[in-house]
Amino acid sequence: MSLDKDQVQHIAMLARLRVADDEIAETVDKLSRIVDFVDQLSQADTTAVVPMAHPLDAAQRLRPDAVTEPDERDEAQKNAPALSDGFYLVPKVIE
Amino acid sequence: MSSKDLHTQGLMQLAEGLENGDFTAVELVTALLDRIQAHDGELNAFITVTADAALQAAKRSDELRRKGDGGVLNGLPLVHKDIFCTRGVLTTCGSRMLENFVSPYDATVVRRMADAGAVMLGKTNMDEFAMGSSNETSYFGPVKNPWDLACSPGGSSGGSAASVAARISPAATGTDTGGSIRQPAALTGTTGLKPTYGRVSRYGMVAFASSLDQAGVITRSAEDAALLLGVMAGFDARDSTSIDHPVPDYLAGLGRPLKGLRVGIVRQHFDAGLDEETGSAVREALSVLEAQGASLTEVDLPNLDLSVPTYYVVAPAECSSNLSRFDGVRFGHRAENPEDLLDLYCRSRGEGFGAEVKRRILTGTYVLSAGYYDAYYLKAQQVRQLIADDFRKAFADVDVIAGPTAPSPAFRLGDKTDDPITMYLNDIYTIGANLAGLPGISIPCGFASELPVGLHLVGPHFGEEQILRTAHQYQLLTDWHTRCPEGYA
Repeated sequence: MSLDKDQVQHIAMLARLRVADDEIAETVDKLSRIVDFVDQLSQADTTAVVPMAHPLDAAQRLRPDAVTEPDERDEAQKNAPALSDGFYLVPKVIE
Repeated sequence: MSSKDLHTQGLMQLAEGLENGDFTAVELVTALLDRIQAHDGELNAFITVTADAALQAAKRSDELRRKGDGGVLNGLPLVHKDIFCTRGVLTTCGSRMLENFVSPYDATVVRRMADAGAVMLGKTNMDEFAMGSSNETSYFGPVKNPWDLACSPGGSSGGSAASVAARISPAATGTDTGGSIRQPAALTGTTGLKPTYGRVSRYGMVAFASSLDQAGVITRSAEDAALLLGVMAGFDARDSTSIDHPVPDYLAGLGRPLKGLRVGIVRQHFDAGLDEETGSAVREALSVLEAQGASLTEVDLPNLDLSVPTYYVVAPAECSSNLSRFDGVRFGHRAENPEDLLDLYCRSRGEGFGAEVKRRILTGTYVLSAGYYDAYYLKAQQVRQLIADDFRKAFADVDVIAGPTAPSPAFRLGDKTDDPITMYLNDIYTIGANLAGLPGISIPCGFASELPVGLHLVGPHFGEEQILRTAHQYQLLTDWHTRCPEGYA
């Protein structure tokens, strides 16, 4: 196993993803297999190879800083799980 | 043509029938909605059927036609993969996370199709967030392959492919990040086109791996794919990676014969790992091209073996970043009674995502985490450059590269779910095109174990005309693309 349970729990915390107790063993096993598999990359000689930034070597396009979109907050917030007066509700963060 | 046979026709024939007044869009849409009713119980190809809206749209298109109006797709039915946002309609991406998500806007692809007059019949089932090659990761259950209901239709655009193969819809949209249009097209005997990266807008397409994702179509012929690509393709200011490149008339170039076409063959594609009958069908297809005056040349892609491991670093890395937007706060699944904000995030995501999506998020988070970034992510982007260079060199000598789309025909549901690597290797021939941003098409070219086999054609950047023309010329000489699974004629 290239990864252990503690490492996987740490990664899961970084990803803000709860991995249930009954999922952890399988997750460790399968993630280890994936990591072992991608470790093949270390064999490739990539000396002086520029990492790809875009498949067509295109650069990020900029647009004029102008308002183009209408305000559709009410429409968008129809999907929100918990709202109050147009604000998203989350558990209390500041005591 | 009696209205009983409308489901058997492709888009071009349907367009002609509508134009001639042989039938109306309402009759056509009604016939196909009946097909959904009759067959979707066994196939599970749809997540949402938009029957009322489809009939309304069909009525409008008939009215437009009476006035001598209407776009190039006026009255033509199609289905959208449930990864495309559709205003006012459920857009689930095959996930519990978006089980109740109603999009407030249309994807550009959806908008362009609708503006051209296409009528959406519904939204198709898919692997969760397009992560899968078998449609088994869908929260809504696997799609069945109409050629054998015990088999997978491939994935992730499995519902789209199954609906086209089963003559439920003449065409479907799909997305392809590592083979998700071409592999299901191969496994269901349909034609599947993935355009050049940036050719079609990604706006409103739920993001998986943004440097690889590209929208395309699944149809019954290359000609129908050319028709739809002409509508979908083109610059979109709303997608920052959309490329401003002129859109040719894709239908106009189809008639050019294959004489003088230089076809590249990759030796490794025919090595061990390729099912024997699949290999024979593909070799037979190559000889058909050769008989038409195309020349076959061997090309070398020395870094091809590393394409799958490269993909499984780059795609999960981008997925882990993209899917961080699902936080249980603004939209999507939210856990009940969270203890605090951290618990809200972790449990909403833990409950909303399925096992494969979680694995990819974790893999991506790992390869991007402190201490591992250089060894994995940076390294993978370097190897990706090598792979793209291999293709660049190959396309100096050839016009298209041809080979198998998938290493074997459709596999049985459940056969590859235990080992993620076995599943990942199903995309071994298709992933290279995504890494290099190249267009590819899969077309039916025979059978293996009585299941369809796909011929894969890859072109250089913006070489869609070349691969569509090659596919069309092949389809003029063969009838594999017209074969229909038993029980769906």
